[in-house]
This record gives sequence, C-alpha cells and structure tokens, in this order.
Amino acid sequence: MTNIYEMEYNVDNRDFVVAGDVSRIIKRTLQRIGVDPKIIRRIAIASYEAEMNIAIHSQGGKISAKIDSDKVVVCTQDYGPGIEDIALAMTEGWSTASAEIREMGFGAGMGLPNMKKCSDVFEIESIVPQGTKIKMTFWL
Amino acid sequence: MSKHSVYLDEEKCNGCTTCLRHCPTEACRIRDGKAVIISDRCIDCGECIRVCPNGARKAVTDTVDILKKYKYKVAIPSPTLISQFKTEFSINRILSALKSIGFDEVQEMAYGAEILGEAIKYELRNANVQKPLISTACPAVVRMIQVRFPELVNNLMTLDLPMEITARIVRKRLTEVVHMKDEDIGIIFITPCAAKTTTIHHYISWDNSKSSVDAAIAISDIYPDILHRLKCIKEEELQHSTSRGLQWAQSGGESSFISDKQIISVDGIHNVIDVLDEIEGGRLPELDFFEGMSCIGGCVGGCFTVENAYIAKKRIYDRARENINSKNDITDEMIRYYYESGFLDRYEEIKPMPEKPIHKDFKKAIKMMDDISKVEKALPGINCGSCGSPNCKAFAEDVVRGFAKEEDCIFVMREAIKNLRNNMDLSDKSCWLWKE
Repeated sequence: MTNIYEMEYNVDNRDFVVAGDVSRIIKRTLQRIGVDPKIIRRIAIASYEAEMNIAIHSQGGKISAKIDSDKVVVCTQDYGPGIEDIALAMTEGWSTASAEIREMGFGAGMGLPNMKKCSDVFEIESIVPQGTKIKMTFWL
Repeated sequence: MSKHSVYLDEEKCNGCTTCLRHCPTEACRIRDGKAVIISDRCIDCGECIRVCPNGARKAVTDTVDILKKYKYKVAIPSPTLISQFKTEFSINRILSALKSIGFDEVQEMAYGAEILGEAIKYELRNANVQKPLISTACPAVVRMIQVRFPELVNNLMTLDLPMEITARIVRKRLTEVVHMKDEDIGIIFITPCAAKTTTIHHYISWDNSKSSVDAAIAISDIYPDILHRLKCIKEEELQHSTSRGLQWAQSGGESSFISDKQIISVDGIHNVIDVLDEIEGGRLPELDFFEGMSCIGGCVGGCFTVENAYIAKKRIYDRARENINSKNDITDEMIRYYYESGFLDRYEEIKPMPEKPIHKDFKKAIKMMDDISKVEKALPGINCGSCGSPNCKAFAEDVVRGFAKEEDCIFVMREAIKNLRNNMDLSDKSCWLWKE
C-alpha cells in the first residue's frame, strides 16, 4: 500500500493579508511529517513564490501539495489571464507587475526563475486567457 | 527527559486554556483539568508565565540562600534591573543596594555587553560569517531557531551572551590575578527572564551551552530587598558601564552598536517567528544582522520584571540622555584582543534540533498526516481549546497519536448525543428523554 498525503488550498487574488499562509501551512506539514529541513526550505520558497504569483498576477487559483514516500509535488492552477510568452516570463528580472505592486515590494521578476531554481523538475503550461498550470517536483 | 525552568503550580491552575492559546510552540495541553508542558517543544520563553491569569505558571530560580554556598559572591545584574527603579536613584546607588544584600562584588552585565557589541562589528567583517548574522542574546529565540528553523542555525553568532562574557571576565580576574579557587567563586546573574535561567542551569538536554554563571536570582524576587535599601544605603562607586551597555535591556540595544549595517530588531516571539520565516525563505537578502527578542520590548518585558516594559524603556532612554558622554575603561585594543583570542566565543557549537516528527517512520508519518486531516475535517475549526489542545489541527494530531480522544471535543460530543437521540426508538415511551 502506498501512502500519499494530499492537501489543496484556494488562493484569492490581491488578498495580501493572507497571502503566504498556504506556503506556511505546507512548510509546517512537511516539518511534522519529518522531511529533511534543507528540502523543506526549497519547497517553502518555491510554494511561497507560486502563491504570490497567483495573488499578484491572476484572477485567483489554487495550490496543492502531494507528499509521497519519494517525492513532494506542488501544483498550482490559476484562472487566468495566462502568460503569453513563457520563455520571456522565465527571464530573471522580467515582470508585468504594475507600479503599485512593485511599490509593495513584489514584482521583481524573480518568481518563476526562483521556482525553477528551487525545484528538481519544473513544468509550466499556460493558455491565454484561461490560465497557468505549474507542477514542481522535489525528490526526497 | 528535558527539565525546564518553567513549571506549573497545580493548585492554582484551573485549566483555563490561556497558556494553551499563547504558547508559540504549541507545547501546552490541558489534561484532566490541569496544564501540562510537552517538554521537547518548550523553549522556556516564559510567555505562559506572563499570560496566566491565576499565577499558576512559575519558573524555578535560585533564592538569596544560594549565596551561602560560596565564599566570594559576585552579582551580575542585567541592565533591566536598573530600569526597574526611578531615575532619581543613581546607578551606583542601585548597585550598592544590591551589593549590600550579601554580595562581595557587583559587575554589571552591561559591561560585557559593551565589549560584545563592539565585537559584533568585527564578526560582521568576517568573510566566513553567513548573512544575516543572527544574534544569540535571547536564549528563547536561539532555541526557537534550533527547533523550528534548523536551516538558520548556521547563521547564529558564535559569540556568547553578554552575561557569560561578563562572568568570564570576572572569573578570569579572580582566579588569575587574585588567585582565588574557582569553586569558592559564586557568580549570580540577576535575571529578567526564565530563558536565561534555563541556560545557566542547563535545564534542557539539547541546549548544550556551558555557563560561567553559577546561579540566577529573579529580578522580581530581589526587587523588594533593593527597594528597601535604596534610601539609606551608603553609595559606592560600582558603575563600570556606560549608557550604551544599558541599551541592551531593550529591543534594538544590541543593534545600536552596528548602525552602519542593514539591521532588523524584532521583539515579541510571534513577530520573531514571522521575520525568521521571511529570512529562511530568502526574502530579506540584503540583511546583515538580525536581533530577535522573545519578550515584547526586549528584556525590559521579561517575565521576572516588576515595572511596565514601556515605563522601563523610558527610564533607560532618560538615563542614556543624562549620561550621553559617559566613558569607561574599555578600549579598542582590549576588544580586539578579546575577539581575536577567542575569549568571547561560545564553548560549544549550537546544533539544529528539529522537533520530532509525528512518527519516526516516514511512510507511517505520511499515513498519519492523512488520518489527522480526516479527523480535523470533522472538527468545528473554531480553535476554542476546550478539548485541551491549542487548536483543532493540534487536537487532530493528538487524537491520531493517541494523546487525546475525539470525544474530548465538545462539538463532536454534542453531535454524538444528537445522533444517539435521533436513533432511539421514539415510540418507546419509557425512554428517559421523553419523561417530563
């Protein structure tokens, strides 16, 4: 029998008061299960970026984390507007964030590159205007 | 099993759940109507002592009787002690009153703090130091990092606490210059909090720090004795600190030594957790130095203080303004010598001590987490604490691990009674529910 634990949370757009909570819950759960702190740190950073991306750029979405005996998979899905040029979006420093968002200290264009850097496998697909899906795998 | 300086006075505890809701590490539970501490999780921050409305939470400290144990007694008062008294009493007067209680010598912690504060500047120039450098001045914060932020242990400063450095300087002088026997010397810290008492007495098995201090007396215990002596005491010249050392009693005091760097000073253990989370997440990359204090306001907010933290802070500010040009014998050469010779270093390395997972077998832990979320779904999610666990999630974990039963939740219980009533044969007129 394989044991898998899965959790899923909604992320509202532009709700900066609670943004960051989901990645905190994921981090805490991984700590309680006993995942290596070094891997937890990477997962926490990547899921925080993913959560912020949904809150800042999308119409809202959800994050799920699946914990298996050999890997943790974090998936995100949002409800649009989608990314036109993924290669460009993956460039460090490139951002579509508004001046207002930048003033709040976000939108430095490091979100997607950071997520890719932290995860072992990074998959992204996006359809304009439906939305973006990201799957990040972390080997344990 | 680990021992703690924080303990419970069972007679006074009425199981009210206040400590439960405030404990930053979820170490409190109410079992059979009384509070209990989960030893592995408690970091001795003293938050429960502060919030307990019944005065049932206490901490072990030494009494003045400890002085009888030693031939030569040295008091090391925390600068917080000074802040407990009105500024009309000079620092020399307060220290003289303290000494007259039965000490042979008084040496302020503020003195060691001034040396350490300057040494942090050298440490920040050290290329091998991982940024941000994290202050170790608050033992509760250090233990929090060991348990919850094991990845940040390498950022902890390797220099010891100001109270340790002061004690080391005193001990070195007494043994090497005055040729006293080490065992004859009793160095007693006058402490604002339980966290430092724990360090001195090595209460926690995983807190492996060795201490040069022999005992700790709570400020609140010695305060009345000092107060009585203040008016009539013959004043001696005992002050060796300047206003800079005094600053260590409050949040930001340590950071004030390194004002040319990117620093952040955070007080209150819940705020400390939030900012450490940001640091661990790599979201404060520009930061050079992090100073975290478990108590609100810093040590002036310690659980053994008698004065309101903000009033205490104001007094430190007022005293600093009066003594703005005060000087002592600490020189740059001295600080450099202490720093380079390793005199200020901790005796033992601080090790990560991540809290134990729900099960030592990883696969079983995953299965248990699944069970926990199933139990949690049936709970009301209002985190009332009536079950004896701090919140519904923690309760679900306690149930799955066998430390609590689902019926301990009054909402689950109410639902069960309702179902029982609905399933009863209502035509049976002998049922007690129908008897009026």
